[in-house]
Amino acid sequence: MLKTLQARWQQGYRTMRYPDGPPPDLPARFAGRPQVDSAKCTAGCHRCTLVCPTDAITAGEQTLRLDTGRCLFCRECETACEAGAIAFSHEFRMAASSREQLVVTDRPAPAVVAIDGAVRRILGRSLKLRQVSAGGCNACEADTNVLGTVGWDLGRFGIQFVASPRHADGLLITGPVTENMRLALEKTYHAVPSPKIVIAVGACAISGGPYADHPEAHNGASSVVPVDVFVPGCPPHPLTILHALLQVIGRLSG
Amino acid sequence: MQALSVYNGQALAASEIPVVAADQFRSELVRSVADGGRIAALFADRREGTRHRIQAVVAFDAESVLRLTAAWIDAQYPSLTPDCSQAHWFEREMWERHGIVPVGHPFLKPIRFLPHAANGKPSAPRAVCGTADFFRMEGEEIHEVAVGPVHAGIIEPGHFRFQCHGETVYHLEISLGYQHRGVQRALVGGPDRRTIHYIETLAGDTSIAHASAYCRALESLAGTRIPPRAQVIRGIAQELERVANHIGDLGALAGDVGYLPTMSYCGRIRGDVLNMTAVLCGNRFGRGLVRPGGVAFDLDQDSVDELKRRVRAAAKDAKVAVELLWDSPSVMGRFDRTGAVSRETCERIGLVGVAARACGVARDVRRDFPYGIYRFAQLPISTCDSGDVFARAMVRWLEVQRSLAFVEEQLAALPPGPVLRPIGALRPGHAVVTLAEGWRGEICHVAATDDAGRFEHYQVIDPSLHNWFGLALALRNQQISDFPLCNKSFNLSYCGHDL
Repeated sequence: MLKTLQARWQQGYRTMRYPDGPPPDLPARFAGRPQVDSAKCTAGCHRCTLVCPTDAITAGEQTLRLDTGRCLFCRECETACEAGAIAFSHEFRMAASSREQLVVTDRPAPAVVAIDGAVRRILGRSLKLRQVSAGGCNACEADTNVLGTVGWDLGRFGIQFVASPRHADGLLITGPVTENMRLALEKTYHAVPSPKIVIAVGACAISGGPYADHPEAHNGASSVVPVDVFVPGCPPHPLTILHALLQVIGRLSG
Repeated sequence: MQALSVYNGQALAASEIPVVAADQFRSELVRSVADGGRIAALFADRREGTRHRIQAVVAFDAESVLRLTAAWIDAQYPSLTPDCSQAHWFEREMWERHGIVPVGHPFLKPIRFLPHAANGKPSAPRAVCGTADFFRMEGEEIHEVAVGPVHAGIIEPGHFRFQCHGETVYHLEISLGYQHRGVQRALVGGPDRRTIHYIETLAGDTSIAHASAYCRALESLAGTRIPPRAQVIRGIAQELERVANHIGDLGALAGDVGYLPTMSYCGRIRGDVLNMTAVLCGNRFGRGLVRPGGVAFDLDQDSVDELKRRVRAAAKDAKVAVELLWDSPSVMGRFDRTGAVSRETCERIGLVGVAARACGVARDVRRDFPYGIYRFAQLPISTCDSGDVFARAMVRWLEVQRSLAFVEEQLAALPPGPVLRPIGALRPGHAVVTLAEGWRGEICHVAATDDAGRFEHYQVIDPSLHNWFGLALALRNQQISDFPLCNKSFNLSYCGHDL
């Protein structure tokens, strides 16, 4: 008993102050939302598109577009581009409520995640989610799971992962949706009472990621169920996922 | 003995692999395993008409050699499994993927429920994942419990069928395949710009160890040696990956028996360790770090000092958090003698990694087939004898301490020099087997190139492929309520198995 108390004392209080305080430090080499500058782009170069593993980049006349829904944040394009037209920032706020908003262009980033007001009114400020891994590699799953630990303490926001879809307000889906998980995902979706929201976490769940166009998988959650929120990354940093969830419940607006 | 002996990561001309008659292949494989060998890989890699070429990689731990043999067999052959239990899962894989029928196999059913045949066309009749002819017990008061593929927690999908009498489990059948993404098919024809990303997501919690096995295969096929500094950074990253996962598992085991202090502390400490990996490369799972020819990121002195400080802090915090477990009778009452696997069973079915070491079998690629930095810096092997949940927890804790000490030691002795050296073209018509000790156990990659130096075949054996059957056996005569605890004590990969 004494040892348990001693351990409690030694471990201290570890829950971060975010969002009331500053976000936790991100590693110096963290790859957040990329920025593109078409003006620096050399016509006809295409080095970035040639190295991109998931065809996330389109480079045309004076237009450079990077789809963060496909991006694995491997930074190959950043390294390949001698002109410095692509740079990964430290911006961790990356979620969006439409596929189009995930595409980075020269224009400033749009205000992120706008959840339908009616749905939010019904759900209130609590959110119960059922997680479904449908071909996820266990990285998105692990960094979603970590939000339940004392450092992040998701419970303080009224957000909880529940054991049954019937207790849930929505689904958080990871993985490209393998053909072998399609039926289970559909059944789980239908078991969630309406209105419900669906959050796709990670490049695989948004676009298939490296498994895009595999006959064994389905290019992401939206090919099987309607998706309301997209959280890019491979895997997204827990802070990116948390920020998206806080926007969903209306705790944060930007 | 016709087999060819090679070392871990030694490339050879594919023509050197001895091809023997089918009956000789069989008798030699059975004899090798009886003599202390272990099937590290068994797969079919070529096809001519109705005949297939199968290849075996048998690991002799004590001699640090891998023995390779191959044989051409007909579409039907007498099953190896009745004489050699270790062949069980491999024969099912060859049957499912290539239609090679092992006549007399006692448990012939799909392991992945491939939606497509080997040629990429939909298989007919279409296998529906999870619909199998499950083993059933009959009798009054016998009942069946089905769990999954969607589970209660945030976890990958799999299906578990229990045959119970009251609370006691007599038989557990594990049916996987839900995570099948077609990785091995997609690797053929590579390497290309997607290959490293397939490898890093084979089992996304083991990105570094799988990427190391892959990169070593490439470097060996290209005849390139990587700089010493890169070897050390790879070693540091591999041990951090092990520590993060082991600490996470210890916390989850505590959670499964309702002991919340250790669960809370370990959950947080695991994150701290993932953040150390992010210091190396910006990603908590080590994505983008290990690349053919070395590592993509160097460490400056500030980062080294920062990592040393964090390693010491994690070691201190983990000690306080984990040792509470061994002092708590309520925890030990649940860990002790739960889900025990005997040493004999372990040897017979060929368990690897933590699960094997917890049965008293000192089996560890880092010592038995040393590679990279492990050729110069040895880690002591951690074993325990009881084969139960306690043993698997204790082995993890011993490894956490030894790995953290290793990381600290290596950070203090980083050799100077570059961290990346470009590798040349892969030699055509060559093959290589690379083993690595991932946090779950032995990872085996087998790569073979065609005339143009592209992958003609790429086989991945995640440790989970060896160990899932061990979990099924561990559940026999256990309370069904102990399943989550037993499952977590193995903590196997679903996607690493399903590929």
